[in-house]
Amino acid sequence: MNLLDISIVLFYLLGTVGYFAHLIFQKDFLYRAGFYLLLCGFLLHSVSIGVGFTASGQITVRNLHETLSMSGWIIAGVFFLLQKRLNLKILGVWAAPLLLVIMIIVMQLPREPVQAVKILDSVLIVFHVVAVLAGDAALALACGVGILYLLQEWDIKNKKQGFFFKRLPSLDMLDRTGYACIIFGFISLTLGLIGGLVYSKTTYGRFWGWDAAKEIWSGATWLIYAALIHERLVVGWRGRRSAIMAIIGFIVLLFTFFGVNFILKGQHGNFTGL
Amino acid sequence: MENIILLGLNHKSAPVEIREQLSFSTDQVAEALKALRAEPGIKEVMLFSTCNRVEVLMVAKDSSLAVEAAKKVLSEYKHIQINMFENLLYTHTADAGISHLFKVASSLDSMIVGEPQILGQIKEAYHLATSNKTSGVILNRLLHKTFSVAKRVRSETGIGDNAVSISFAAVELGRKIFGSLEGKKVLLIGAGDMAELAVENLINYMAGDIYVANRTFSRGVELAERFNGKAVRMEEIDDLLRSIDIVISSTGSPDFIITRDQVKGVLRDRKNRPLFFIDIAVPRDIDPEINRMGNSYVYDIDDLQGVIDQNIEDRNKAAIKAERIIEESTIQFKRWYESLDAVPTIIALRSKMDTIARAEVEKTLQSMRHLSEADARAIIRMTDALISKILHDPTVFLKEKGHYGKNSNYVDIARKLFRLDDNE
Repeated sequence: MNLLDISIVLFYLLGTVGYFAHLIFQKDFLYRAGFYLLLCGFLLHSVSIGVGFTASGQITVRNLHETLSMSGWIIAGVFFLLQKRLNLKILGVWAAPLLLVIMIIVMQLPREPVQAVKILDSVLIVFHVVAVLAGDAALALACGVGILYLLQEWDIKNKKQGFFFKRLPSLDMLDRTGYACIIFGFISLTLGLIGGLVYSKTTYGRFWGWDAAKEIWSGATWLIYAALIHERLVVGWRGRRSAIMAIIGFIVLLFTFFGVNFILKGQHGNFTGL
Repeated sequence: MENIILLGLNHKSAPVEIREQLSFSTDQVAEALKALRAEPGIKEVMLFSTCNRVEVLMVAKDSSLAVEAAKKVLSEYKHIQINMFENLLYTHTADAGISHLFKVASSLDSMIVGEPQILGQIKEAYHLATSNKTSGVILNRLLHKTFSVAKRVRSETGIGDNAVSISFAAVELGRKIFGSLEGKKVLLIGAGDMAELAVENLINYMAGDIYVANRTFSRGVELAERFNGKAVRMEEIDDLLRSIDIVISSTGSPDFIITRDQVKGVLRDRKNRPLFFIDIAVPRDIDPEINRMGNSYVYDIDDLQGVIDQNIEDRNKAAIKAERIIEESTIQFKRWYESLDAVPTIIALRSKMDTIARAEVEKTLQSMRHLSEADARAIIRMTDALISKILHDPTVFLKEKGHYGKNSNYVDIARKLFRLDDNE
């Protein structure tokens, strides 16, 4: 635990407070405060990641501490990117606390000195890691938007013009934003997985390891999102179903990220090992 | 000292028959303003007339004189006897008048609290007053303050945010479902004031094609013409459900016009695009079970009323906050208004000093004839400088204290201290 980590958590916390205050009081300056505080957190986080990189010369994803911190940083990056494009103010209400929780967990994890990991010197692997994490980040945002969609739909269906009805944007906006997140996430995830497969082929001589649980679960996650996009394009799965699928997809994704390593074994062990 | 006087009647104080008789068109307002301005007691005046109110805002030395003059003009101009409306009038002077004006402009005094039109109407009335040159320093300042108060109330309390009529509630819900209503296709089934109003509102929000289905086809054609839409037969509804976005139904039919199965059949064809039903009919036209299906939303008249009730409650809460803003602003305006009072006193003080100095200088110079002209001028300049220096602090004091309400007290003391009101 060092000062930099604490400052990052603090800014993410303040950003979260700002976004929630905006949700409740609907004042523009609160939104701006939340946005800039979160941005400060992100910039400090970038410094932290940069320091880690220059110290070791490697992308810092060699144990759970490093990987989670990297994931948080990429989520923040993807959030700012998508936020700029989609202009959905409410997105921060999900992204900010998500970042906060991730960084709090990161701080609890042991920060042991790590050995340089040879495969991380491969550009292909770096691409694989960053693309997959960016995909995961966008899909995490899609899950949040899905939850907001369900809240808003519940209010409208039950004819309750309550807290969320007034504060959340229209169903259409939430639906489109969620879909945009999924498309971005899916493309990024697909590219990342292809990178992984190509690396696997060149290094181990095979594209796919059926013995590696991580790979199987990644495949399953990918299929869920592929199905979601397919159904949307063909029969117009949208609205509630799309939102629920985004949430289920993210739960499977979380399991792929953490669960597989804790419960099952495979060649991605180090990546999220303690 | 001039007074601000507001004389008027509104939907609370007067029945519609009287309001009708006293209402003014734009041209009439301009003429009435000239007549009011011609009255010797009235220094500044503006008049605003809407369907719910007629108000005359005046600046005058003598309030009761101005009120009588205004009544006379109203009566003569509108050919209605004074005693017919005299008892229905309210008169607010000074603070009460200022805060009443703020309330009216902020739509707190409206029949539908928070409705947005009133501010525009007051702006127009003010424009008429300025172009007819019947407003002056005080009304100009007061009206500008009024506009900023109304704007502040609107943005800080959100009083006008939510719909409080059935037709606006439908628009608001539509916007929560579709985001923008632009290009959304609307089907009107049956006819009726409320349904037609809802369609009009949707059109205002850029809704797309309008279809009208009616049991009597000719009536449908008539309505469709009004909305620039297309008349269809009742049998075509099934087919239209594939492409329509919003259905507004208001028929006298005892059975459902659109059933669950009908909608279920088209959902796939629609690619699950949302479908919003507004059911204004009693008994209902739209099967409420449809609301349970994906991406379909049904609001009947009670549901819409529920939305409105909730919004009205919110507005009443906002109104309490607005009252505070108005109270604050009234005090602010009053400070400025009262500080006007200090200016004549300062001028009087200065001129009294000047008179004394001039007399004394003259006396002195007469006994000192050996002084050159340049010397004499230097002495005059010195006395001027003396007066300026001596009066500097009292002037600043009166101007500043003029902003703190008790001004009249200080001004009063200053006037007594220097005997400014004695003319002998």
